[in-house]
Amino acid sequence: MSGFWEFITGRLSLEYFPQDPVTIGAAIGMPVSALLLIGLITYLKRWKWLWTNWLTSLDAKKIGVMYTIVAMVMLLRGLADAGMLRLQTALSAGDATGPLSSDTFQQVFTAHGTIMIFFVAMGLLFGLVNVIMPLMLGARDMAYPLMNSISFWLFAAGMVLVNLSLVYGGFSNGGWLGYPPLTGLEYNPGPGVDYWIWSLQIAGIGSLLSGINFFVTILKCRAPGMTMFKMPIFPWSVLVTSVLIMLAFPILTVTLAMLSLDRTLGMHFFTSDMGGNPMLYINLIWAWGHPEVYILVLPAFGIFSEVVATFAKKRLFGYRTMVYALLAIMFLSFIVWQHHFFTMGAGANVNAFFGIMTMVIAIPTGVKIFNWLFTMYRGRISFTAPMVWFLAFVVTFTVGGVSGVMMAVPALDYQVHNTLFLVAHFHNVIIGGVVFGFFAGMTYWFPKIFGFRLHDRLGRWSAYAWQIGFILAFIPLYILGLMGAVRRLDNYSDPAWLPFFIVSGVGVMVVALGVGLFALQVVYSLWKRKELRDSTGDPYDGRTLEWSVPSPAPHYNFAVIPTVHERDEWWYRKQKGVTKPAKEEYKDIWLPKNSAIGLIVGGLALVFGFAIIWHLWWIAVPAAGLVIIVIVWRTLQDEMDYCITADELYKEANGAAA
Amino acid sequence: MRHQLSASYLSQKRTKAEYGFWLYLMTDLVLFASLFATYMILRHNTAGGPSAAELFDPAYALLLTIILLCSSFTSGVAALAFRFNKHRLGLGLLTATIVLGAAFLMLELLEFGTLVAEGESWRRSAFLSGFFTLVGTHGLHIFIGLVWAGAMGWYATAHGVTAHFQRKFALFTYFWHFLDLVWIFIFTIVYLGARLS
Repeated sequence: MSGFWEFITGRLSLEYFPQDPVTIGAAIGMPVSALLLIGLITYLKRWKWLWTNWLTSLDAKKIGVMYTIVAMVMLLRGLADAGMLRLQTALSAGDATGPLSSDTFQQVFTAHGTIMIFFVAMGLLFGLVNVIMPLMLGARDMAYPLMNSISFWLFAAGMVLVNLSLVYGGFSNGGWLGYPPLTGLEYNPGPGVDYWIWSLQIAGIGSLLSGINFFVTILKCRAPGMTMFKMPIFPWSVLVTSVLIMLAFPILTVTLAMLSLDRTLGMHFFTSDMGGNPMLYINLIWAWGHPEVYILVLPAFGIFSEVVATFAKKRLFGYRTMVYALLAIMFLSFIVWQHHFFTMGAGANVNAFFGIMTMVIAIPTGVKIFNWLFTMYRGRISFTAPMVWFLAFVVTFTVGGVSGVMMAVPALDYQVHNTLFLVAHFHNVIIGGVVFGFFAGMTYWFPKIFGFRLHDRLGRWSAYAWQIGFILAFIPLYILGLMGAVRRLDNYSDPAWLPFFIVSGVGVMVVALGVGLFALQVVYSLWKRKELRDSTGDPYDGRTLEWSVPSPAPHYNFAVIPTVHERDEWWYRKQKGVTKPAKEEYKDIWLPKNSAIGLIVGGLALVFGFAIIWHLWWIAVPAAGLVIIVIVWRTLQDEMDYCITADELYKEANGAAA
Repeated sequence: MRHQLSASYLSQKRTKAEYGFWLYLMTDLVLFASLFATYMILRHNTAGGPSAAELFDPAYALLLTIILLCSSFTSGVAALAFRFNKHRLGLGLLTATIVLGAAFLMLELLEFGTLVAEGESWRRSAFLSGFFTLVGTHGLHIFIGLVWAGAMGWYATAHGVTAHFQRKFALFTYFWHFLDLVWIFIFTIVYLGARLS
């Protein structure tokens, strides 16, 4: 009988509810705020609206907005984690213990890294690509609208799993890449590592599908006349990113699956006994992990290329070299992974090869930096918020890149490996590159989606606060790292280091102020949306096709698909005199109907993930089976499109005058 | 008013579907490549247990190979039969594909079962973990392919062999041939490779 009971409950047990006060607060706060949100939607009678306009929508722009909202909420969580980490190190020098227990501290830094990379940076990336890329290509939608929705809901399911761990079971304490044998069964039998594995696994499959989707969209859905070298740089950067996603994410899937097999079926891939090889895990995870950082940063490069050309009122300098630089980075990013563990002891020759390849990446990246600077040179620059984000990026990212080249020297890396110097380096490039890039992009393209601009001065203040906060938070970490401060410790015995940690803690608060200012910017702009309305569709005198449609962009993007002549097509048209398409040019168009399949697949994936974490096989197996059945059933459906006739389009595009 | 989907819209959709499916297969290839690499690295880590040469019988694997190659052949001919409107023949060949695929899966599970019964399960050593995962992942793909094939057969009987069906069936045959290709590598590296080492 007890065997049956175990079969039903798996390893669910009361002891997994949080015990220490910090976590209990979060564990109560989160479900309460979720309930409040549900109550609010019910009170406002918005469920039907939410369902038809958002949750089941296959419009890439809406899916993109949902990605961005999830990512911004997760940014708050990741930032709160960062604040806790720095609070702990600022309060626990010498004999003081600080507010967090060691185990909580480990969970917090693991959650911080996992959330910031997978659910903030990736979310912002997929969000912005969905929102703006089809418009830049002169396309109606992504190549596979339904798969797009499935990707989003898998991402959302992974996000829910990460947050669920806070309420029940706890998160992994093994760092954001979960190195075994620490994350193996022997040292980590609890559910935390499984939460980490399955949230990444589910979100990762969504990312892989997105990669395929973006790639096909770029290669097959461009407007007529848009040859590859007439395509704006942002889609180019997304193309390169999708190649990296398609080649790298399957490795992540396999690596996580093998770690999970070690943990659930008692296999021996990465155990320290029975022939397992933990270093194999580290090689595999970085064979995915290094391309991953380029997956994040290359689209940010693309965003800056658009922003700087628009606000300098010039054609982008060195377009072709930009493209070749992207392709060079794409290739090089796969042959540098070993620089993350020079200390493994692979030998001088191997380390020298990976060290040199790492330094070589600085060349195409440098080409891009100089191209942006030359685009600004003798341009008519307007210092709007996106431009301030760009300038902050140039300074911050370059410093981060240079510290990266320092660490590419294996001899020096032995000194700073796994110290706070490394932590400062990668925050330098990720915050300076990815975060500043996506803030610039969100500010820049905001009116195209919502129909009103973001308040510029608050945006600039946000950028300044981020920049100052960043310097305060991370320059001390460089110094500490050089002095030998190992990362991921909750207590440093040397009291002489304390002032640096305090400055760093203050820096986090200034960054939090920057996030607050950004939130204020959105709220204030919403309040003042009448004054900030973009009635022209082209608020910045833009250059590319997205500015040729009204703001907010119609759900079908283009009433008449444009024929492209030039790289900066919209600029070219404005020089030539814009003409409206004649009535004969309007044609019937087809768009995909709404579908709840994405939501269903995401929901089933969430159930599956939760069940497998808690060893509830009787739920996990049917849930996985149902996913397969739903997808196979869907592939056999036909008739999933609806028509907008040429007349309707013409009337909508030309208003009452028609 | 009901509007027919235009031919150009449909053909564009079809191109995109085929292209995307190819790309998916390539990502699956990266997935298998990672598993092959893992197997190659761990294959001598037997932890005092039996080695590949002691466990695997290439003749048995050859039987599996032949069965799977035959099923690949029948699926290809089935696609041709559907294209030339020989629907009964096509359905027969599709059934043969499913039967052969299921036979392959049964024999593979039989091999797994024998190994486990002898105490040489995936828990025994890193080498066996790698073996069961690599071959098992292929088997899981075969299983999903069988579910898909069954659904295709059901659809063709219920709705007839429509153009829509033919498009989907083409994708299925890509998948099935792809699994054949991966199996050839498994046969070569795992089973024949066992003799070499």
